[in-house]
Amino acid sequence: MSGNSTYQPQSKVLQWFEKRLPIGGLIHSSFVAYPTPRNLNYWWTFGGILSMMLGVQIITGIVLAMHYTPHVDLAFKSVEAIMRDVNYGWLLRYAHANGAAMFFFAVYIHMFRGIYYGSYKEPREVLWILGVIIYLLMMATGFMGYVLVWGQMSFWAATVITNLFSAIPGVGDTIVTWLWGGYAVGNPTLNRFYSLHYLLPFVIAGVVVLHIWALHVAGQNNPTGIEPKSDKDTVPFTPYATVKDGFFMCCFLIVFAWFIFYVPNFLGHPDNYIPANPAVTPAEIVPEWYYLPFYAILRSIPDKLMGVVALFSSILILAFLPWLDTSKVRSGRYRPLFKQFFWLWVIACVGLGWLGSKPPEGIYVILSRLFTIYYFAFFLIVLPLLGIFEKTRPLPNSISDSVLGAKA
Amino acid sequence: MTTVSSAEHTRRDFLYIATGAVGAVGAAATLVPLVAQMNPDASTIAAGAPVDIDLAPIAEGQIVKVFWRSKPIFIFHRTPKEIEEAKKVDVGSLPDPEPDSARVKEGHEPWLVVIGICTHLGCIPLAHQGEYDGWFCPCHGSQYDTAGRIRKGPAPKNLFLPPYKFVSDTKIQIG
Repeated sequence: MSGNSTYQPQSKVLQWFEKRLPIGGLIHSSFVAYPTPRNLNYWWTFGGILSMMLGVQIITGIVLAMHYTPHVDLAFKSVEAIMRDVNYGWLLRYAHANGAAMFFFAVYIHMFRGIYYGSYKEPREVLWILGVIIYLLMMATGFMGYVLVWGQMSFWAATVITNLFSAIPGVGDTIVTWLWGGYAVGNPTLNRFYSLHYLLPFVIAGVVVLHIWALHVAGQNNPTGIEPKSDKDTVPFTPYATVKDGFFMCCFLIVFAWFIFYVPNFLGHPDNYIPANPAVTPAEIVPEWYYLPFYAILRSIPDKLMGVVALFSSILILAFLPWLDTSKVRSGRYRPLFKQFFWLWVIACVGLGWLGSKPPEGIYVILSRLFTIYYFAFFLIVLPLLGIFEKTRPLPNSISDSVLGAKA
Repeated sequence: MTTVSSAEHTRRDFLYIATGAVGAVGAAATLVPLVAQMNPDASTIAAGAPVDIDLAPIAEGQIVKVFWRSKPIFIFHRTPKEIEEAKKVDVGSLPDPEPDSARVKEGHEPWLVVIGICTHLGCIPLAHQGEYDGWFCPCHGSQYDTAGRIRKGPAPKNLFLPPYKFVSDTKIQIG
């Protein structure tokens, strides 16, 4: 990464600066000249989209923080004041709330892409694990952000999620009291969630830097799963990937804008427009849609502690993916059996999401348990065995061969 | 981007310029709400609406302090002696020349309504103090007279007048 010889700054000023802090060369080698596989499809644009969304959330968040009051008596009102009194406050709030949903939507596509094309496999294991860490940080940040509104859902979601830790034998209750800063969710909890909600996005930004660094060490994966073999297999990042990313970011922003301006409350729960009441629990407590699959997994296990274990395991198991999948073939494109199990797994994830929104009774419980079993079986049984027994399709000779055909 | 003879502009050039222009408009449009949100919001503007002050309970010689738009306003019901002192001064000799008549409303000479912020660096001057029977600012020693004009000390201007009008003989509206 040191001193890229292809970067020649034009002006004397830039040359002077470059000698002292070679940031121009760094940007040039990472995002301009950077050799990018020529066959990347649109699933590869979501990394850039995620970086953009992190920026959107940080900017709208900082601006909202200028008007929000993190006190139990004032929080809900301050959010309403943002909606009604602050210039463009309604726009900033809806952008931030729907932005979180779009952020998670993009991260799930990004993760599904990684699993399908084997982007987690050697030598990209650390890249993948950094991604899991980013995902965990995102979940914590999103959860705390939702609590800040201090509506009924905010308060009761905070109560339910913090109470999960009481399942830990022995120290559980002490930990929960420590998290709360009191004997129940209250003002100390709200204040510390505000502080951490402001902090974590910058931690995410730091891990994203590591994530991109790790990516650039190995280079991008591509739909064939075979590494670039020559210059013919790659194109410079700018203009090819830059423009492709930029185009799909615009498409993404159109969907984002549609939510903000036409259905800004569609993804939210109406109960969160009721100020928090510690004495009254709503008829149903549901998290935002991006947590629903894990909520379904939690509720499908009848035992309290095991339910919590299942919940955290369902996320942490992702970190072991590079070692659970034994296949020597990287991309799902050439793995016909893996493809089928993968899509079934996607259906299970989406199904669990739907089930998480349903009351935990009758057929919903049976289906949740079935899908949960398949969710874990995919990682613990299917992937290890597929590597041994699957007959994969023949791989192309190179990336250019797969793109240009035999006439290359 | 390879150079083309300047006589021929390609479609690519057009696309680059058009995209850049749309991008610039988009960037500017994005900036508008981010900057505008820092301006006073609707509730602050509403709280800054004009206030009505009843003058009847204010005795002669009394100075009352009210707030308008978060600024202190001094309402001074001047005695005839204090009015005389203000009118007698040679206007030309003042650091910030202004006759007393310019600082009160016609027909309402006894009433002086000024913003109670020292024009030096913003402290609130103390009433009925100083050598000029007006105000004395403890921060750096500025002294104002019975018409709120600077007489001595580092302040450059007379105490500012807020916008106000007499709704009736015993009521003013500030703002």
